[in-house]
Amino acid sequence: MLSLIVFTPLVAAVLLLPWRGLPARAVSWIWIAVTGVEVAAVLALWWAYPGEGFAHEVDRPWIPGAGAGYHVGVDGLSLPLLALTTVVFAACAVYSLRRQRRPRQFAALFLALQTSCLGLFVALDLILFFVFFDLSIVGMYAVIAGWGHGPQARRSALTFFLYTFLGSLALLLGFIGLSVAARPHTFDMVALTRDPPTQGVAGALVLLAVLLGLAIKTPTFPFHTWLPPAHTDAPAAGSAVLAGILLKMGTYGFVRIAMPMLPDAWRRYAWAVVVVGVVSVLYGALVALAQTNFKRMVAYTSVNHMGYVVLAVGAAGLVAGSDAQARAVAVTGAVTQMVSHGLITSALFLLAGVLYDRGGTYQMDAYGGLAGDTPRFAALTAVAAFASLGLPGFSGFIAEFQIFAGSLGSAPVAVAFALPGVLITAALFLWALHRIFLGPARHRLSATADVTAAEIAAVLPLLALALLLGVFPRLLLDVVEPAARAVTDLVAR
Amino acid sequence: MNERPLALLPELLLLVGAVTTLLTGAFLPRGRQWVARLIAVGALLAAVLAALPAVGERSTVYAHSYALDPATTAARLLIPLAGLLVVGIAAGRVAGNRRETEFYVLTLLAVLGAVLLAGASDLLLLAVAYLLSSVPLAGLAGWGRDRRGAEAALKVYLMGALAGVGLLAGAALLIALGGGASDYDRLAAGLAGAPSPAVAVGVVGVLAGLLFKIGAVPGHFWVPDAVQGASIPAGALLTTVPKLGGLLAAYRLFAVAVPADVVDWPLLVAVLAAVTMTLGNFAAFGQADPRRLLAYSTVAQVGYLLMAVAVAGRAERALPALLVYLAGYAVTNLGAFAVLAAEPHDTLDDYLGLARRRPWLAAALAICLLGLVGTPPTAVFAGKLTVFTVAWDGGLAWLVVVAAVNTVASLFYYLRWLVPAYTPVGRCPAARDRDRPLAAVSVAAAGAALFGAAVTVPLYPLVAQTLQR
Repeated sequence: MLSLIVFTPLVAAVLLLPWRGLPARAVSWIWIAVTGVEVAAVLALWWAYPGEGFAHEVDRPWIPGAGAGYHVGVDGLSLPLLALTTVVFAACAVYSLRRQRRPRQFAALFLALQTSCLGLFVALDLILFFVFFDLSIVGMYAVIAGWGHGPQARRSALTFFLYTFLGSLALLLGFIGLSVAARPHTFDMVALTRDPPTQGVAGALVLLAVLLGLAIKTPTFPFHTWLPPAHTDAPAAGSAVLAGILLKMGTYGFVRIAMPMLPDAWRRYAWAVVVVGVVSVLYGALVALAQTNFKRMVAYTSVNHMGYVVLAVGAAGLVAGSDAQARAVAVTGAVTQMVSHGLITSALFLLAGVLYDRGGTYQMDAYGGLAGDTPRFAALTAVAAFASLGLPGFSGFIAEFQIFAGSLGSAPVAVAFALPGVLITAALFLWALHRIFLGPARHRLSATADVTAAEIAAVLPLLALALLLGVFPRLLLDVVEPAARAVTDLVAR
Repeated sequence: MNERPLALLPELLLLVGAVTTLLTGAFLPRGRQWVARLIAVGALLAAVLAALPAVGERSTVYAHSYALDPATTAARLLIPLAGLLVVGIAAGRVAGNRRETEFYVLTLLAVLGAVLLAGASDLLLLAVAYLLSSVPLAGLAGWGRDRRGAEAALKVYLMGALAGVGLLAGAALLIALGGGASDYDRLAAGLAGAPSPAVAVGVVGVLAGLLFKIGAVPGHFWVPDAVQGASIPAGALLTTVPKLGGLLAAYRLFAVAVPADVVDWPLLVAVLAAVTMTLGNFAAFGQADPRRLLAYSTVAQVGYLLMAVAVAGRAERALPALLVYLAGYAVTNLGAFAVLAAEPHDTLDDYLGLARRRPWLAAALAICLLGLVGTPPTAVFAGKLTVFTVAWDGGLAWLVVVAAVNTVASLFYYLRWLVPAYTPVGRCPAARDRDRPLAAVSVAAAGAALFGAAVTVPLYPLVAQTLQR
């Protein structure tokens, strides 16, 4: 069942690619249908999930010479991200209706990318995880290099590829270190979690390699420099997937791999993770404040939002002088933030794509007064911006509240430093809304430039889900909380 | 003494095949040289089939001079299969040439020499196998009889002769130190009490020959010039077949014959591996000719392969790791050369718009080049992963870090070839006459390279982890 969900998009991609005569409309509808079926399948999976532990596990030998197997399964950490992946990809499929150059290849690439993202979140073997991690990089490189806009697209794509490939190799080194220390050698996540193999200096070095790999992917300060150019030059759907899903691979790695498999080293160096998180929060917010390019600004707010996640998982490692309950809340908040950020930022990037499509630029000063001419676009963007800055009623508020509440006990100073980040984010979003939508018009767009039905159909569900999770957080928390408690216990042992 | 001629059936079949091909070709009119090709293909296939019954065999024959064990079995299967792929790449390009038969004969002899190198468990036999595999290589490099071919042949021949002197001198010294025994088992016992500086000199001498054969630093100078000068099928063979034989020979030499407590050869091999991969990668950066780029990439790959040799006998799974990597490397490298042969151009920019013109070929190129980087889920990825793991297991974590950094660096120059291929261009140059069988070979090799990681599963039980003494 799980393998079917993971590999169906890939099969669709392989079928689409050599089918030359297929009209563009049919391609779009096939793409939408496949992503729609995926959403339904994951919902069914969620429905059937027993509430605790791993479900739908499959374990088969794959590269026995290296001790790697095909081991997949879902639990409370991966299920929400799996659902997020299908939703964001479905939104991208709807958004791309009648839009792209070379639609057949574009759809095939996105379907293949969807397989690699889904596979990563269900992988319970380090090598399988690494395989999907690397494939997602290759896929995203092709998206940016092939469909990016702007003269710098190829350069940005190369920077992205080399930088994140370096990260993935660091990750691989860490995985090999973990496996070599285990007796018998294995890459199985469940076995390594049950019996964490490394101690002392070796553990610290392995953690360093794993953290480096995950930090580049997340990205946290100071490894974020690949992110803004990649986002600026990527097509809108590519940006949505990059920010919505690919960044989560890094943070998911923290809770799935780094914390449970290296508990000693994690507890010892949690303070460093907290510091990196706080710096990312503040740095991301301040740099976003200084941007004049709307898409670049949203990209930097991703650094800020991922900083909260890093802060929370770091605080969950500060075991001394804090109670387990609070630390579990922090981890729950981190996972909620991943989902929330995935929904809201994907919506923002899709809207940025609409802006570029109509106006030909991301420069905020080139617009102004758009609220009067394109009211629906203005309304959607305003809702997305308010959701992103953490307005109560949206999922972002639930996430950030839990992160701060959970981290306060173990890292009060860090929380005090991170809180202004929320304020700066609020200021920069409001200022951006001002520049684009209010004041005198400096653009030549008419009412016909407003969002189309397809664009609304892509963006609205993302925002509706953010609202739903903000009003009824139990829908998500019931699944996440047991898993978060399990992670907290694993770190504290 | 265990003298069983039938135990050497695959080798004998290759030899008989070479002689028959030569004689047949000599008496055939030029228009019907394809008969000779059929005989050569038949000999390679027969050698593979004859090796299958001996898969589980674990013994030595002819006074311990030739080992029948997993490494030899792998060589007997892999090397003729690589030879078959080379014939597949060559067929369309050499057909109708008046020296067509010679190409196949030399290929068969090079394959035979490489198999013997891998199986030799005796320094004297190693020397013979070295010569047997060197001479056909020089002939193949100069097969085209043009100016560049002549330069290539001369380079291969002279470098080979020089390195061969080192190998012979080193072998003589080691035999003398080991008390007159030349087979690895008794040599190891003899060397255990020998003075280590003298053993070191002997080991370096023998290693010089093998490093030339596999194209590793410092014996790599011939590789780019030979690949650029020789025809593309010959280049494919030069960078694949001798590496397979030479690496297995090096592994066997270190795992069985030279005790690590007499000479610190693991460190020597590890340093050579690090230098080889780094030099190969950085030299490939600036290349504009795809042939030179591939040539330097093969040098870099040998660096990764040497990591498994460096932990020979110390890490539990070093031999399976080496074999998996060798198999993955052979098919991926040959796939890249097949694409090159199907679309031969002098500069990387000439590949502009390849994806539009010939999408399947472009896909094969992407798979092979990304495979050489080590992108999952390709066969080379499985090889790299296992080799990295055993190297770390054998206490060479620093070398794994160097190799990982090198892998990132290598991505850059492989992309330099891929990016033009996938750049859409407005106008398509007029399609030239296409060699469809060749394109099929490329795609098949790329397919094997892509799914190699998954299909290695049933092979592991066959690969025992130690060598036969």
